[in-house]
Amino acid sequence: MSTYDASFRVWRGDAEGGELRDFTVEVHDGEVVLDIVHRLQATQASDLAVRWNCKAGKCGSCSAEVNGRPRLMCMTRMSTFERTETITITPLRAFPVVRDLVTDVSFNYQKAREVPAFVPPEGVAPGAYRMQQIDVERSQEFRKCIECFLCQDTCHVVRDHEENKGAFAGPRFLMRVAELDMHPLDAASDAGLDRKRTAQEEHGLGYCNITKCCTEVCPEGIKITDNALIPLKERAVDRKYDPLVWLGSKIGRRKG
Amino acid sequence: MAQVERQQWDVVVVGAGGAGLRAAIEARERGARTAVICKSLFGKAHTVMAEGGIAASMGNVNDGDNWQVHFRDTMRGGKFLNQWRMAELHAKEAPDRVWELETWGALFDRTPDGRISQRNFGGHEYPRLAHVGDRTGLELIRTLQQKIVALQQEDFKEHGDYEARLKVFQECTVTRVLKEGQRVSGTFCYERESGRFFVLEAPAVVLATGGIGKSFKTTSNSWEYTGDGHALALLAGAPLLNMEFVQFHPTGMVWPPSVKGILVTESVRGDGGVLRNSEGKRFMFDYVPDVFKEKYAESEEEGDRWYEDPDHNRRPPELLPRDEVARAINSEVKAGRGSPHGGVFLDVSTRMPAEKIKRRLPSMYHQFKELADVDITAEPMEVGPTCHYVMGGIAVDSETAATVGVPGLFAAGEVAGGMHGSNRLGGNSLSDLLVFGRRAGLHAAEYAARGASPTGRPAVSQAEIDAAAAEALAPFHAAEGAENPYTLHQELQTTMNDLVGIIRREGEMAEALERLAALRVRAARAGVEGHRQFNPGWHLALDLRNMLLVSECVARAALERTESRGGHTREDCPAMERTWRPVNLLCRPVDPVPADPAADRIELVRTRTEPIRPDLLALFEKEELVKYLAEEELYE
Amino acid sequence: MATGTERPQQRPGGVHDASRAAIAARHLRTDRWWLAPAVTAAGLLAFIVYSTWRAFANADYYAAPYVSPFYSPCLAENCAEMRGGPNWDLFGSWWGLSPALLILVFPLGFRLTCYYYRKAYYRGFWASPPACAVAEPHTRYTGETRFPLILQNAHRYFFYAAVPVAGILTYDTVLTFRDEHYAWGHMGLGTLLFLVNIALIWAYTLSCHSCRHIMGGRLKHFSKHPVRYRLWGWVSRLNSRHMQLAWASLISVALCDFYVYLLASGAFTDPRIF
Repeated sequence: MSTYDASFRVWRGDAEGGELRDFTVEVHDGEVVLDIVHRLQATQASDLAVRWNCKAGKCGSCSAEVNGRPRLMCMTRMSTFERTETITITPLRAFPVVRDLVTDVSFNYQKAREVPAFVPPEGVAPGAYRMQQIDVERSQEFRKCIECFLCQDTCHVVRDHEENKGAFAGPRFLMRVAELDMHPLDAASDAGLDRKRTAQEEHGLGYCNITKCCTEVCPEGIKITDNALIPLKERAVDRKYDPLVWLGSKIGRRKG
Repeated sequence: MAQVERQQWDVVVVGAGGAGLRAAIEARERGARTAVICKSLFGKAHTVMAEGGIAASMGNVNDGDNWQVHFRDTMRGGKFLNQWRMAELHAKEAPDRVWELETWGALFDRTPDGRISQRNFGGHEYPRLAHVGDRTGLELIRTLQQKIVALQQEDFKEHGDYEARLKVFQECTVTRVLKEGQRVSGTFCYERESGRFFVLEAPAVVLATGGIGKSFKTTSNSWEYTGDGHALALLAGAPLLNMEFVQFHPTGMVWPPSVKGILVTESVRGDGGVLRNSEGKRFMFDYVPDVFKEKYAESEEEGDRWYEDPDHNRRPPELLPRDEVARAINSEVKAGRGSPHGGVFLDVSTRMPAEKIKRRLPSMYHQFKELADVDITAEPMEVGPTCHYVMGGIAVDSETAATVGVPGLFAAGEVAGGMHGSNRLGGNSLSDLLVFGRRAGLHAAEYAARGASPTGRPAVSQAEIDAAAAEALAPFHAAEGAENPYTLHQELQTTMNDLVGIIRREGEMAEALERLAALRVRAARAGVEGHRQFNPGWHLALDLRNMLLVSECVARAALERTESRGGHTREDCPAMERTWRPVNLLCRPVDPVPADPAADRIELVRTRTEPIRPDLLALFEKEELVKYLAEEELYE
Repeated sequence: MATGTERPQQRPGGVHDASRAAIAARHLRTDRWWLAPAVTAAGLLAFIVYSTWRAFANADYYAAPYVSPFYSPCLAENCAEMRGGPNWDLFGSWWGLSPALLILVFPLGFRLTCYYYRKAYYRGFWASPPACAVAEPHTRYTGETRFPLILQNAHRYFFYAAVPVAGILTYDTVLTFRDEHYAWGHMGLGTLLFLVNIALIWAYTLSCHSCRHIMGGRLKHFSKHPVRYRLWGWVSRLNSRHMQLAWASLISVALCDFYVYLLASGAFTDPRIF
């Protein structure tokens, strides 16, 4: 077992301000960045604020930016860095900072509330739901999401433009719309809710310019852009830009 | 005098895992204004770690399954120490709880005819576990989370406020359940982000805080599992039941350190993985107990043939029950034949081609590759026992999930005891969360509706708030020579792991109790740096109180029970004793609390279990009952 | 409270917004994040320069039996006469410019609105964003919500137009089995080039996200449409290689044109295989 001292720069501060602080920390074989942060807490900075839970890449709590890239700290192995490299850890830079590596991610919980929930089909009793495996697989991929919010963090629409936060739900929640729209038993349309239309008009699908950073950072390997966002854009085209549908709506409007 | 914000709710649910969220949904649907206290972010609960599935006898794959069979399996798994009425309700209600999830949007894997697919699991007679790949726990949490959001959307439509009737307090922790007289009157909480204290006044409180694994060094549990609910109940005067039963999973990762304790699924062994010691020997053949001799292979050749031809060969001893395997690994390591990092080798790399490993065990392949940089197709894994689950917990009424002696206090999920007896079957925990989470929410809401009258709601006294605030702030006022909470925590984990771990001995447990007393003394001096805003050192210092209390319960109960049963293995009392079958061990707080921190905090009380209802006993063969039940029970 | 640097007062709204962690750098990436957008931009730029020159050249696009894919089908009267080839005088004599301009609109539109190329040029040319977690230099961003970028939604109609164009290029490829005297049953190096090109063109066209949607992506229940589900599965597999196909077909189409140019300008003679 080999041990070495690594150089770290960790952002410490709060909403008032802060700075990158230098630390030299012992690193053991097979460790991940989160282990190093824990060692910092136990030996040098007992009040270093950090979120984490499962430490196995399953809960999506320990999101941060390591050398400028949005990552789960528990899934970033130290062996991927040079021993001489200085490793920089900062909080997520798209959300308001609370303290040290902890940010206020309430934006995401607000957006979650704005997506209308699953609408159960009328007249189908619990236990009587029948769905084919091939029909649930698309939505199942999206339900692998562990809500680490790395996609929300990296998406330039809100990362670089605070003012877009009101209009744009972000990849995670557009994917949620896609998940529900592809759910074989979702009865939203029977209830008068057109998810394709709302994706565009209420959740800001048009802001997405499919530059795929969400897919790049997803620790679950979900093909967010190809399997959720683009299909959703195509579904919106069905509704809004299909000339026949458009013509129909024009005529309908004139009548109305 | 501490000035704290007070809010009024009908039901407060402490914990936002499967049980807590299910309880909150039920309470809100029954009309109670419900608050959920969530120690971390909403949707991050430890429930997400559950892989296997939810056990429910829907009979979708084998229609021979029904609640009676499920009940029987559960009782056998728990070595008949289960609170039988809970096991019965659980088996009966689990299918409805699973189906209900579908109406909230859950997407389980399907059978060819479109129903919920069910898989086999250890101890279950039929394929019974509803699942979504190997991420069933995540599906469960997400579905419940989204149902809560759905209810909040309804409230928004009605009241213009998402949180009018159901609110989740994220990253908040309860340090005390408050009482007026005997009755629950609310909870004292702090918010991690700001360190601010607040009080939720409510006549009914549901504890759903999960387990205690963080008291052990090697555990599959996350940091939240510090036994908060167990401790809150004790401090409020409610007893804990059979705390000696802690399940150790035989194969947790031991190397590298970053992943120590994370589970290696049983199917690695089921698919051909073998256990070897440092000498390269398949040692499990030396550890087949006499009672299992005729059921397991005697040679490697026979064991290897079983994978292909299970009908004409006996299974290899790697597939003995969890406790046997864990014990064997423990013995090999103690005899100096362990792997470099204190485990043994679990090898599939020499057993099947790399392609087959990747196809059969994709999640394990990725788990080792991504978390540990170990290629299991090329080298063996190092594994060892890891603390996984506590069967013991708060003593509750089977029907209502109400705790004993504290009106208004309820408990559900891992924090509640009784349901699983001395050993839990895989898949029974997720269904437990749903069945008893719902019951706790239901009865808490009913109690709150009743409890509000005629004497009015129980009041929260300023004195109690002041005491709770002073207790919570103590770590900031530590004198010179304050103890580092991280160091104390590590020592506690070592103590519990080494002395009250998987194999227990009288002398070691007695020593553990002494060490715990010493740790209590030092914990009273625990101090932290910095301020109250998101300060993990402070949070740990507060959690230490809970872990120390719970650890004392485990050690004391384990010392008392002089037999081996399920998740309690005594080297000095290796046999399961029928005379212990009807005995429950209750941990009660010493009252009044002694001033000396070194003094015992817990006293044990023996009670007799309620006789099992005759029609349920009739589900078993007489010959089987004779093995379990005490002499006098057989003639009752 | 943490001490240290003052909050940098730069452009508000992005990573330097007052609410966010006070970090002066626009990004902290230590890898060569600029390499991918730079290579993309260089590659696209090279193609634009080359294709602009060739499209306006109005010369050297036919060397029997090969017609440059930039000029097929040829829709004006001023087209070179291509025996049995893709002459289709729709526009008559009033069109005086290069006939390539008439037809290139469609493949250009198809590629311009393609979901992969959008990513490539938004990142490479517009730096929106230049790379993940690297702050973009723009103060405002409305994405594809308004004119002109809202027109990106017309991708599907360009896909419809790209299919017949690919069909005509297939026809052109069949014609390459003639020799320079229009006799059938021959094959040259150019034929091989054209075969590779048309295969890549079709693979790129059919791997399109719109095609995937039309084939089956729009369905709610695959189980009720087994044939379309299978088609969707095929397109999905191709679609996962959409980026590679976009580049490969872009290069192959330029190569084919350049090969025809070499032949037509007499710089090279087509080696005959049989």
